[in-house]
Amino acid sequence: MKRIIYSEIDGNSKPFYALAALLGAFVLAALASAFYMEHYGHYVTGMNNQVVWGMPHVFAFFLIIASSGALNVASIGTVFGKKIYKPLGRLSGLLAIALLLGGLTILVLDLGRPDRLIVAMLNYNFKSIFAWNIFLYVGFIAVIALYVWLQMERRMNRFARLAGTLAFFWRLVLTTGTGSILGFLVAREAYDSAIMAPLFIAMSFSFGLAAYLLVLMAICRGTGRELGDTVILRMGRLLGVFVGSVLYLTAIQHLANIYAAQHAGVERFILLDGGIFTSLFWIGQVFIGGLLPLLLVYRTPKQNLQRGVAIASALVIAGGFAQLYVLIVGGQSYPLNLFPGMEVSSSFFDGAVATYAPSLPEVGLGLGGVALAGLIILVGIKVLRFLPTTLANAAIDPHHEVTTGRP
Amino acid sequence: MSRKTDNTQTQESPDFDPQRRSFLGAMATAAGLTLAPGVILYSITKSQPTEARELYAAVSSDVRWGMLIDLGRCESGCDDCVSACAKENGLRGHGRPTTDAQWIRKVDIKDPQTGNSKSLPMLCQHCENPPCVDVCPTGASFKRADGIVLVDKHTCIGCRYCMMACPYKARSFVHEVLEDQKSFAPRGKGTVESCTLCVHRIDSDRLPACVEACSDTGGGAMLFGDLNNPDSEISKRVAKYASQQIRADLGLKPGIRYRNL
Amino acid sequence: MTPRRNTFVMIAVVLVCMTSLAIVASAAEKPQSSGSGRVPMPVISPGQGDSCVEDTDFMRRNHMLVLKHQRDQTMHEGIRSKKYSLKECVTCHAVPGPDSRPVTTSSPQHFCRSCHDYAAVSIDCFQCHASRPDPDVLPSGHAPSSTSPDGPVAEGIE
Repeated sequence: MKRIIYSEIDGNSKPFYALAALLGAFVLAALASAFYMEHYGHYVTGMNNQVVWGMPHVFAFFLIIASSGALNVASIGTVFGKKIYKPLGRLSGLLAIALLLGGLTILVLDLGRPDRLIVAMLNYNFKSIFAWNIFLYVGFIAVIALYVWLQMERRMNRFARLAGTLAFFWRLVLTTGTGSILGFLVAREAYDSAIMAPLFIAMSFSFGLAAYLLVLMAICRGTGRELGDTVILRMGRLLGVFVGSVLYLTAIQHLANIYAAQHAGVERFILLDGGIFTSLFWIGQVFIGGLLPLLLVYRTPKQNLQRGVAIASALVIAGGFAQLYVLIVGGQSYPLNLFPGMEVSSSFFDGAVATYAPSLPEVGLGLGGVALAGLIILVGIKVLRFLPTTLANAAIDPHHEVTTGRP
Repeated sequence: MSRKTDNTQTQESPDFDPQRRSFLGAMATAAGLTLAPGVILYSITKSQPTEARELYAAVSSDVRWGMLIDLGRCESGCDDCVSACAKENGLRGHGRPTTDAQWIRKVDIKDPQTGNSKSLPMLCQHCENPPCVDVCPTGASFKRADGIVLVDKHTCIGCRYCMMACPYKARSFVHEVLEDQKSFAPRGKGTVESCTLCVHRIDSDRLPACVEACSDTGGGAMLFGDLNNPDSEISKRVAKYASQQIRADLGLKPGIRYRNL
Repeated sequence: MTPRRNTFVMIAVVLVCMTSLAIVASAAEKPQSSGSGRVPMPVISPGQGDSCVEDTDFMRRNHMLVLKHQRDQTMHEGIRSKKYSLKECVTCHAVPGPDSRPVTTSSPQHFCRSCHDYAAVSIDCFQCHASRPDPDVLPSGHAPSSTSPDGPVAEGIE
């Protein structure tokens, strides 16, 4: 394997600036949405006293979960020593930071009192998993920054493995924490489950790798860098494994709930008669986000490999959004069961399935978070050397000579 | 420092080290600046007259406030408790039932197997192990020593996680700008709120507004008192008559008990 | 130009800009109390009674610390002492408005707003707290005065 050379992108072409302007426009729209929500109060959104977390949180959770998984690519190279992944490590770190910052921005801007961020940073209730998560997220940014620096500074490369291991375990704790935000809620039948944490870990692997693949392929296509089939094939197969694990854990999650009689109600709601949630679950999460990508990564013919993996990644992301919508909004829409076996009604919508319709400011805020992540990546690859000059098979595949016999 | 790493002694060190002196001076100034606000605050509290401390003593856990609600006396059409709470705390509807605040509500339950129907007031249960307190990231949701669960709106950032965690859906989020609040019931946009058990009334030895209204014009179903005091009316009644807590299986030990549920 | 010369030129430009800004700023008129300057001095209406709970100098510097300490005591420990209670401040410092009720923070004549507008320090107390006393409240009279009664406040308000 030859020595890898990294370079910035030129970043002064019309399409580059057009993309930056487009992303900037979305970010501005998000800021406008946040200002609108903060000025008039949350009644202008679709969130209410029954469904307190909505579209912004679906986006934010996705970005945070994907951020954790995006760093996986670097971990496979540094921690697990797979040489073919080593050139991909720097971009992996940048993507992780970008996605995390995008997600956190959405969360902060959606707060009822975003001006009290300093209060949140200085007053901690350590019984709260949410408080722990704030620590973990902020610390994660520092850990990734350290990890990327150690990879970029060639004289410090020998310490990269240490930082990579730290980042790997930090990720696991962080994603467990994110899953526990929902998993520790004893009150809600849809959430109260220990499987939330491993499910979120599997989701992070899956969404993170899908996001990484799409970003990598887009950048290589946009800057004319060669992208070999070997690394895409490897990552595509890995994506298949992760998608399979998400499907498996989802199945366990629902099966276990069905067997526990007290949770049968919410399972019936999600799986059978929840309307939009049922459709999103079966069609969005299971079919589009699970079965179709599996088919694509294992059955795409060799000549269409990259296109097949790209489509599979996009489908995984779409399925991921559907999964989070069902989880977050669907879980809240199902009424709390205070009087088992009774028919309940009140002026505060007891016993009734809550209605929620996403509003424009919420979607604007969510999309702005994604756009912010994109902008950070764009600026990062222009300013610093995150990208290898080539990812051709000959350049990075350590077994290239052996399998093909060609230098 | 005037010493160098090699062995040559360049000059005699002076009698005092100017850098060290200025460093100590800077540290002393910094320490003084750090301590000054604390000293001021300390002297403020000390300057309060002694009578004020005895008159206004801190609440203690010797007391545990609770309520006993007799559903045999609670009528289905009556919502005096709800109107009294709204009037007392300045809760105004904005014509948006999904986002308007409700601190207490009447819930109608019907047993589909027998046709038997009941009505009960549902409010913050002021649990002994409140899940809302556990999950609040800033500690704004807290339990006072005498058992009342409150939201410290100075610290609340409006994340609504406590609303997700409450099994009774007792909390509301303020979705709009508020004006003309009552001086004893501050509430504002972007913070979470819930029944305070009329803590402003309790602290001056009065009853919560809902209890007062129920006994004045309602069915007389609500009884308020100190659950820790064996001689209080409520302690005697819960010892004598069977009463239940809603969702007792969660182990939260609510302070609100229901009779004839 | 050499890089060294570039650096000097840059430093010189920055210094010239800052000096000219300072000259312009100091040459601006001092604020007048009648509002003829750029920012009018606050018209602070006197509160009721002879004096505040502490002397003016102390209050100017420390009222925020006092309020912050008091709020924690009231919320967490239920101590509702009158001396530093925000409600008492609002009651004593109420400024009468056109409709025979005191003004709220929507009016620049509100006691807190008059100073805070001038100092450009935004406060969020009155997003939650009432900025004028309830209709039937009289101040508790911590200092003897001819206009406010001594003794406990009106029944029903605490």
